[in-house]
Amino acid sequence: MTKSRVNPVRGVGHMGRTIVSKNEIKWGLSVSLFGVGLLSVGLLSVGLSIAPAQADPVDDTLVIDGKEMITRTAAPEGHPFKEVLSGWLFRTEETRALEADSFQNPAMLGVDEGAEIWETVEGTAGKSCASCHGDAAESMAGIGAHYPKWDPETKRPVNMELKINQCREKNMGAEAYKFDAREQKALTSFIKYQSLGDPMSIDLSQGDMRAWWDKGKELYYTRTGQLNLACGSCHEASMGKMIRADHLSQGQVNGFPTYRLKQQGLVSLHNRLRGCIRDTRAEMPKAFSDDLMAIEVYVTWRGTGLSMETPAVRH
Amino acid sequence: MKRTVTKSIVVGCLAVLASVPVTVAAGGAATVAPDDVAFTDLTVTAPVSAPPGDPVRGAEVFVSRSLGNCLACHEVTVLKKELFHGNVGPSLDGAGDRWSVAQLRAIVVDAKKVFGPEAMMPGFYSNHVGLHVDKEHAGKTILTADQVEDVVAFLVTLKE
Repeated sequence: MTKSRVNPVRGVGHMGRTIVSKNEIKWGLSVSLFGVGLLSVGLLSVGLSIAPAQADPVDDTLVIDGKEMITRTAAPEGHPFKEVLSGWLFRTEETRALEADSFQNPAMLGVDEGAEIWETVEGTAGKSCASCHGDAAESMAGIGAHYPKWDPETKRPVNMELKINQCREKNMGAEAYKFDAREQKALTSFIKYQSLGDPMSIDLSQGDMRAWWDKGKELYYTRTGQLNLACGSCHEASMGKMIRADHLSQGQVNGFPTYRLKQQGLVSLHNRLRGCIRDTRAEMPKAFSDDLMAIEVYVTWRGTGLSMETPAVRH
Repeated sequence: MKRTVTKSIVVGCLAVLASVPVTVAAGGAATVAPDDVAFTDLTVTAPVSAPPGDPVRGAEVFVSRSLGNCLACHEVTVLKKELFHGNVGPSLDGAGDRWSVAQLRAIVVDAKKVFGPEAMMPGFYSNHVGLHVDKEHAGKTILTADQVEDVVAFLVTLKE
């Protein structure tokens, strides 16, 4: 592979750390609600047992390929948190080190495969990605940091996977990748890797993006499954806590596709969203369905300003 | 531990004697259906199942990832040989001192009826569930009535 795969990173700010945990407030309220008519001694001991339960995200700096990542930044207006935090801050030292070193990061094999696909001619038009887009390090620089985008033709948001499929079908005369095909994850990772370090942001002023954001927000707080949990139950109300061995992060999407040690491979965003929903014991929505696209729009906005870390490494 | 077991047996028997609304399932075991569980002042006084809860089985249900998986969110010192206690909810050390059997039963059956609709804790014996429950779990409660009584019997043993 001959291409230089990374971009210069822009300015990096380091914000003071403010962990907002609504959860402590919630439990406090719950306890006092329950405490009506109970001994105050009981309440006191409940209060004490809750206090040490917070597990903080680490205070550490992520540098990849010599570029410092924005892993904490001020949240956009209307965000429930003051600060948005990369999931990297919630992982163990070993996992953090794997992501920080591109030679160790197992997902870089996928990025390398994506670079090969970029150059490979496929389809009836006899083209590769490079035939039209040239050197990805230039043409794709900063592009992946701003998806999903409004697509005027299909009148819905498209993410990187859908954009690639459109290009394959329309311009290459090639078949669309099936959801989670290895090539889809590899090429998506390669293209997003060209935005490494760039602050993530999406344009909500285009088309009906606002309405999709609204829908995504509604779904974010909608409880699903027998376990009756919403995205927000874990990633907002309980952010920073431990659920079994898992340190609950804000559920940010700036590292997808991400290498997941549990699954020993690259995991796409829609795969992870489906997995989370399955874990509530609910039927999984289809990948790229309206519901998952709306959630992608909304959760991408929730990470506004975080550096792109694709391909991140998580537990 | 022994004393508590005896206590919960007594409670169980009392409840049956008090002729709470119970239905007899196909297997012959008397249980209260999830929608019939009576909440009074944030408590559920009557057991949801006639057989007295077994704290040993209750601890197994508490730990098991496929059953209660209570450790996912609660730390419990007596179970420290088990790995990975979560802290989404409060530690349950001393839960048996802080709460009565009837309060503990209410929380396990449907925590949202005790702590309010925003509580994260699922209702373990409730039909108030989220959207689109998958086929495997549709129409079922997370725990059976017997398992609820077992977990409650275990929680009662958690003394400081």
